[in-house]
Amino acid sequence: MSARPAAAAFYGTIRLIRRFEERCVDLVRSGDIGSGIHPCVGQEGVAAGVCAALRPDDALLSNHRGHGHFLARGSDPGRFLAELTGRVGGVDRGRAGSFHPSDLSAGIWGASGTVGHGAAIATGLGWALARDGDRVAVSVFGDGAVSQGALLESFNLASLWRVPVVFVCENNGYATTLPAPAGIAGSVAGRAAAFGIPASTVDGQDPEVVYDAMAAAVDRARGGDGPSLVEFTTYRYEGHHTFERRMRLAYREEAEVARWRERDPLAIQAARVPPPVREAIDAEIEEVLDAAVRFALESPRPDPADAADHLYATPVRIRGSLFAPLGAAAVPDGAGPQFRWGFSHA
Amino acid sequence: MPKLSYAKALNRALTDEMERDPDVFVLGEDIRFALNNVTTGLLDRFPDRVLETPLSEQGFTNFATGAAMGGKRPVVEYQIPFLLLLVLEQIANQANKFRLMSGGQVKVPVTYLLPGTGWRPGWGAQHSDQPYGVFAHLGVKTVIPATPTDAYGLFLSAIRDDDPVVVFCPMPALALREDVSYVDLAPIPLGVGRVCRPGDDVTVLAVGHLVHDAVAVADELAGEVSVEVFDPRSLHPFDWAGLAASVERTGRLVVFDDGNRFCGVGAEVLATAAEEMRLAAAPKRVTRPDAAVVVGCAPELDLAVQPSRAQLVAAIQAVVKS
Ligand SMILES: Cc1ncc(C[n+]2csc(CCOP(=O)(O)OP(=O)(O)O)c2C)c(N)n1
Ligand SMILES: [Mg+2]
Repeated sequence: MSARPAAAAFYGTIRLIRRFEERCVDLVRSGDIGSGIHPCVGQEGVAAGVCAALRPDDALLSNHRGHGHFLARGSDPGRFLAELTGRVGGVDRGRAGSFHPSDLSAGIWGASGTVGHGAAIATGLGWALARDGDRVAVSVFGDGAVSQGALLESFNLASLWRVPVVFVCENNGYATTLPAPAGIAGSVAGRAAAFGIPASTVDGQDPEVVYDAMAAAVDRARGGDGPSLVEFTTYRYEGHHTFERRMRLAYREEAEVARWRERDPLAIQAARVPPPVREAIDAEIEEVLDAAVRFALESPRPDPADAADHLYATPVRIRGSLFAPLGAAAVPDGAGPQFRWGFSHA
Repeated sequence: MPKLSYAKALNRALTDEMERDPDVFVLGEDIRFALNNVTTGLLDRFPDRVLETPLSEQGFTNFATGAAMGGKRPVVEYQIPFLLLLVLEQIANQANKFRLMSGGQVKVPVTYLLPGTGWRPGWGAQHSDQPYGVFAHLGVKTVIPATPTDAYGLFLSAIRDDDPVVVFCPMPALALREDVSYVDLAPIPLGVGRVCRPGDDVTVLAVGHLVHDAVAVADELAGEVSVEVFDPRSLHPFDWAGLAASVERTGRLVVFDDGNRFCGVGAEVLATAAEEMRLAAAPKRVTRPDAAVVVGCAPELDLAVQPSRAQLVAAIQAVVKS
């Protein structure tokens, strides 16, 4: 097992995610992030601990509440923010936004918007990677995802085929408005156990505890012993999505939020780092985020004429909307200027 | 020359490609026993590249997406066409979008093989769909080979393509045999149609197994009208230029399509012809009816919803007269 990183490293990751999300909320308010976001504030300890336990070449499939995963894996905050603001400088050239990003340079292969299905994709990815080496795949999903058939099917496949995949459940107590106990008969860990997958339930608010549990699961996968599931109990302080700031939904009590705030991952980790070290980290993070916001907002907006780029690997004539003005000839003479072609720059 | 069956052509394409490219693997249900004759002999030759799956179509369709992202070229075999509707979301909304969403960082070269789509005599409502139009509509690359040679060439190209491709093999075509020399078998590019029978008076665009019915009808009408039969071979991308070149000469068009009428391939071809091509007469289409459901196991009911040769004859005669 790799050595657990220093306390200050976890603190820095959690602080970066926390402040990044707060900046994002500002950018949602100003209209620069048009989609809104699914903030992960309160859950940063899971992202920090899980990602620290991975090798840079391990592959992670994220989900809709994924900003923390990207930052914890080392995605460039400026390019990531440029993605959320729909700019060409974004990690996905502005094609993903907040909901579906990927950043292969940081080992994040995507975030399926179909809740739970990333687990099945990660299973296939882990299977493929294992044929050529000892990389491990990780799927991160919420408590809502464990009722999705494709996810349960992937538990079965991963266990049958001993795939090196770690299933990480961030159980934040709710799937949008549905309390986890109202959506999950039995338990998250019990569902994995039913498929012969070792599963544990672990405190997600303490990044060092998260790290230890995750490192054991990763070791197991890398050692050829197949999948495991770790359920991290955690909490989101914010609404499901920033739309909840405009729309009060009475699915939980303020007192409950306050109780969870007492186990804040930022505070837990701050207590382990000397104040002067913390202050230096905090100051550096503000600089990084100032630069990130500048980079994002200065990055050009995409050219609408490029909307079909990356749609296909091979040139396909795209008709309709912008691409074929009424009256355009059916037979293009080469790639004439009146036609746009779906083309990859990759 | 050997007689190559359509099913054998699929088997040969897959075997050849697995031989050539160690990243190709196949997964599906009962494929060890090659119930559809596609995977015959593969388990012996490539024991670790034949993945027998449990009945978890959504799970293994996504599994294929992940494996493809990880550098493999999965071929997923589905036993029945309705399974495609069960995994429609995984193909159209996930596999087909990851390249775009990642700004070109990942590719998803999965082939979805349907050995046996459309009407199976007596199999009734749930086992006889022909949903190729749905995939073309959603922008998933879709091919439908009519002949053994095309089955070999298009399946091979689908596997080599860097995007997801659905390969529809119409049930009535599976038993077809063709005199071919194996050395002539070659990949056929997606999006390139074929004039199967030249003619001057009317273009019949026929899809899948209906190509053979269209050729038979063209032969039957030979003394009366000169029919050109055009097989698009892939529905997305579609060979608009090839069709336009044919219609340019004949000035008349009939579409012969085994899909449902509403929003079907026939509708798209007619609309495009009306917008972009010079037509001497209003075009027509012969299709399954709106909302077609193949009924029961009485042949009279079954056949009532199949596009027929008689309907094609009538459509050709009407288009030529006007
Ligand atoms: C299959 C599917 N169903 C529903 C949705 C809409 N949706 C998006 S997020 C979400 C809740 C997910 O809850 P959970 O898995 O617990 O993750 P969390 O949002 O709590 O992080 C829902 C219902 C979806 N995207 N995909
Ligand atoms: Mg949740």
